Amino acid sequence: MSTTTEPAEAVTAYAPSSETLGAVLARADRPKRPSALSASLTFGWRAVLKIKHVPEQLFDVTAFPIIMTLMFTYLFGGALAGSTGEYLQFFLPGIMVTSVVMITMYTGVGLNTDIEKGVFDRFRTLPVWRPAALVGMIFGDVLRYILAATTIMVIGLALGFRPAGGVLGVIGGVALLVVFSFAFSWIWTMFGLFLRSEKSVMGVSMLVLFPLTFLSNVFVEPSTMPGWLQAFVEVNPVTHLVSAIRSIMAGTPDMPEIMWTLIASAALVAVFGTLTMRLYNRK
Amino acid sequence: MDAPAIETAGLIKTFGDNRAVDGVDLTVPPGTVYGLLGPNGAGKTTVVRMLATLLRPDGGQARVFGRDVVREADAVRSRVSLTGQYASVDEDLTGAENLVLLARLLGHSKAQARERAAQLLAAFGLTEAADRQVKKYSGGMRRRIDIGASILNTPDLLFLDEPTTGLDPRSRNQVWDIVRIVVANGTTVLLTTQYLDEADQLAGRIAVIDHGKVIAEGTPGQLKSSIGAGTVHVRLRDAAQRPAAERILAEVLGSAVQQESDPVALTARAEAEPAARALARLTEADIAVDNFSLGQPSLDEVFLALTDRPAGAKPSVAAAEGAVA
Repeated sequence: MSTTTEPAEAVTAYAPSSETLGAVLARADRPKRPSALSASLTFGWRAVLKIKHVPEQLFDVTAFPIIMTLMFTYLFGGALAGSTGEYLQFFLPGIMVTSVVMITMYTGVGLNTDIEKGVFDRFRTLPVWRPAALVGMIFGDVLRYILAATTIMVIGLALGFRPAGGVLGVIGGVALLVVFSFAFSWIWTMFGLFLRSEKSVMGVSMLVLFPLTFLSNVFVEPSTMPGWLQAFVEVNPVTHLVSAIRSIMAGTPDMPEIMWTLIASAALVAVFGTLTMRLYNRK
Repeated sequence: MDAPAIETAGLIKTFGDNRAVDGVDLTVPPGTVYGLLGPNGAGKTTVVRMLATLLRPDGGQARVFGRDVVREADAVRSRVSLTGQYASVDEDLTGAENLVLLARLLGHSKAQARERAAQLLAAFGLTEAADRQVKKYSGGMRRRIDIGASILNTPDLLFLDEPTTGLDPRSRNQVWDIVRIVVANGTTVLLTTQYLDEADQLAGRIAVIDHGKVIAEGTPGQLKSSIGAGTVHVRLRDAAQRPAAERILAEVLGSAVQQESDPVALTARAEAEPAARALARLTEADIAVDNFSLGQPSLDEVFLALTDRPAGAKPSVAAAEGAVA
């Protein structure tokens, strides 16, 4: 009993006292249950705390966007637009969308690993608004999306991207991207609950994300593509999102495209949010 | 107000072909500790998860304080709390953060939540560890923060799923003391365990579960007397006195006495009281006893007595057919 690797315990051998414990238990004050928003924000705070304790997890929202931006700017710039500076004016909003939409898949991966742990048993036995734990989790992810978008914007500006819409245009564009990404994340929460392992979540995410981001107007003008591909690009929500953000950042907001994006976001939450909650309640 | 804390009727849960819970009837009066005793895979955790609204029953009914666990899940959730088999706290967060998070989710203001967390940490001897991540806690500390989180709002019913599995004896005693204090303050506790002595120490009533069925129910005393007594182990100083000692034990205890391969050792089934008389008689007869101990029947012995097979073993073909018929 003399040697121990747990100094904190050895110093104060704990003995439960009926007085102090009784005092804790005697407090029968049961406050009103928190509102849906308050509960979600509290779960969002949990996500922030997790980032604080494991800051390495920010690597994928900083390094990955930087690499994507540099790689494609210098790879395609000369060939597609004559110069990297020219290409960047077209390309930057698109690569920002691509990077952030790709990062949304970590929502599913994170949920898949998180939900297997005992703590979700506790969350699910709490008398709070049911989706709060998941909404809060995505709130935390929204911070990551903002960080990724900011990183790309800083790189873009350093490389010569000059948005005509100015500061407001940039903020507006990022805001629309964040709204869409929040909605898009519900696809991954569904897969995160549905699929058995982290790896399969990754696999499915890639399968969805690669066509969705590459078969769009992010890298090149769709007019150069074959007809059948143009048809797909036309209905791809990423195309509409990119057009909307380009227009906002250029200072000439394209209202139909913006509305299209917002309606698509609402539809994503309605469909995949519902499916997610159904799975969550059955888990 | 007199609704039982827990009332189930014909509760069933199947996972594929496996009937994990197969028609369980339980009634747990409020203000007591009720023990679910059984080996791994008996269905204890599945019962608890259904009662805690985490799993939907496939058949039967379950009510907690008169509220249906499926149709009135939210009402049930506001009165229960769960400490699962694996830590039901966030291991990446510190102890204090976990408690503040939970207090906020239960509707406390920021200031109240912080105060409540500090009070709980102090009551559970974790003030020094408040700002350390839970994953750096020892097993005993983890259990304590977990139970602390569970009683944050003084639940009316607390589920403790194998609360001492994997703990060292000291931590185990601490958990037992905590449970006693929690019950003394009016909370009902449903405890699952693989250890008969734990159920015996804490529970007012015990249901023995095997393969999803309750195979025995009663107070620990009833249960133990129904399965027979514990075992007396005697070690004599002088092997020559063994035949005399054996006669005395057989006479006083009224049970078969076994000669162990150790020439000075004897064992016999016995209750505590006759065992004490037997020891007195041995002394009177000038038989020197080096060691005399009375052990409780183990879970294995309970299962042997109740089912004629060791804990967790598959029922024999005959027994299975009998159950179907």
